[in-house]
Amino acid sequence: MPQSFDALIADFEAGKTAALARAISIVENHRTGYDELMTRLHPRIGRAQRLGMTGPPGAGKSTITNLIVQSLRRDNLRVGVVAVDPSSPFTGGALLGDRVRMEAVALDRGVYIRSMATRGSLGGLSARTAEVADVLDAFGFDRIIIETVGVGQTELDIARTADTTVVVLVPESGDSIQTLKAGVMEIADIFVVNKGDRPGADRLRNDIELMLGLRRGATSANIPAHHGIPLKTFNPIRIARDAARSENPEEWLPAVLGTIASKGEGIDLLLAAVDRHFRYLQTSGGLKGRRRNRLKNQVTEVVAERLRARLWEDPDTITWLDTQLDLMEAGTATPFSVADELLSRSGPLLTGVKP
Amino acid sequence: MRPIRVLVAKPGLDGHDRGAKVVAAALRDAGMEVIYTGLHQTPEMIATAAIQEDVDVVGLSILSGAHMTLIPRVLDLLRDDGREDILVTGGGIIPREDMDALEARGTGRLFGPGTPTSELVEYIHNWFEAREAQTA
Ligand SMILES: Nc1nc2c(ncn2[C@@H]2O[C@H](COP(=O)(O)OP(=O)(O)O)[C@@H](O)[C@H]2O)c(=O)[nH]1
Ligand SMILES: [Mg+2]
Repeated sequence: MPQSFDALIADFEAGKTAALARAISIVENHRTGYDELMTRLHPRIGRAQRLGMTGPPGAGKSTITNLIVQSLRRDNLRVGVVAVDPSSPFTGGALLGDRVRMEAVALDRGVYIRSMATRGSLGGLSARTAEVADVLDAFGFDRIIIETVGVGQTELDIARTADTTVVVLVPESGDSIQTLKAGVMEIADIFVVNKGDRPGADRLRNDIELMLGLRRGATSANIPAHHGIPLKTFNPIRIARDAARSENPEEWLPAVLGTIASKGEGIDLLLAAVDRHFRYLQTSGGLKGRRRNRLKNQVTEVVAERLRARLWEDPDTITWLDTQLDLMEAGTATPFSVADELLSRSGPLLTGVKP
Repeated sequence: MRPIRVLVAKPGLDGHDRGAKVVAAALRDAGMEVIYTGLHQTPEMIATAAIQEDVDVVGLSILSGAHMTLIPRVLDLLRDDGREDILVTGGGIIPREDMDALEARGTGRLFGPGTPTSELVEYIHNWFEAREAQTA
């Protein structure tokens, strides 16, 4: 690295993109200086509004992101984008192509785009993505968009670190909503059915609304009859639509929107829904909750990482563990008793105090 | 060790990016993280992307004949942002004497048409290892 740590911080504070990019690499790789960097940035984290975009490959997430960025730029908001794509589990390599769709904003100095690979199952990806977003937040971006591919557990975990999560689906991503993995319905604050120019988009929207309406219907059904919802005329789709439009700060029912991103259609309504959700988070206390959750996750990850480093990089611990192998083989100790004993004899190590 | 990050870009006005895509896939298969930016990239777009993505290497695929203006411009822009440490390499239809001139100007090795991608992979690996050894 051609630059000292203090020079990096100074350049970061002066708003230099190259320093931001370097800082993100330090965080992404948890390189030397990562703790100190995050500590220095901590007071400046918490201003940006974070939007997560997830959905199957090819659904149009990057195309929509590009349009959202352009729209936010018209309002003079500065935008950071993190686009996460999978690494090959076999080679560790990755082809990160999201920038191709964001060419329109490639030279805009108020926009920063960073591609990230998932880098295997090292764990902690969602925490690391959240930290990269923290760095962007500290740099001064007003909005941060985190794009992840897929609807698996990892993507859901990443999406959960955003303030507002948008799930993008397309008619061809499955014959019906049944194909959606468990968890997607729960994490989506907003559903977007993109590629409205293709057959099946209306049906998919209806299916999603039906499911949301049924979920809500199940709770409304417990409410006494003075609410005036006779079960005979009970229409889950209408319930979902009405609820998604209400400004009731007590609860949020996901909006289900249609877009044709390739023609730029539907983006204004999407942005309006995002704003509405953010206002809901502010008034309901949900925003605070999400941010507290991020802090909690971060501590969990840092503890796990420190435990790993302090225990398994300690030669005495490894030597001691080797002495226990005979006992375990002989059956006088078990992996569990050894683990407990290891933890209790490692007190000073774990607290960072050298014995 | 972390993966090597490479920006693969296709500057110039000619209309297809098959060569760049082949290179991008080969580098990915060699375990690198490849950021692909598509066709018609200006030097400004290439340098901006390289800096934002904090890549180790920029790999350019050139057919258009404008290499003597495009490549030095990329080098200058990277230097303006203090990132002259980024290796600029690549290949395409570039006459030998132009390659020599560009390498003298500060690019890494440039490869002629038909060079197997494995050569580029090996070159990048070696360059990266040497640099890591130097900074370690
Ligand atoms: N027909 C149609 N194609 C679209 C639409 N939105 C995006 N696409 C195309 O779908 C492909 C994948 O888009 P992309 O944004 O890269 O998807 P991502 O993988 O979810 O980020 C591209 O070729 C887009 O041009 C749309 O509304 N209709
Ligand atoms: Mg994408």
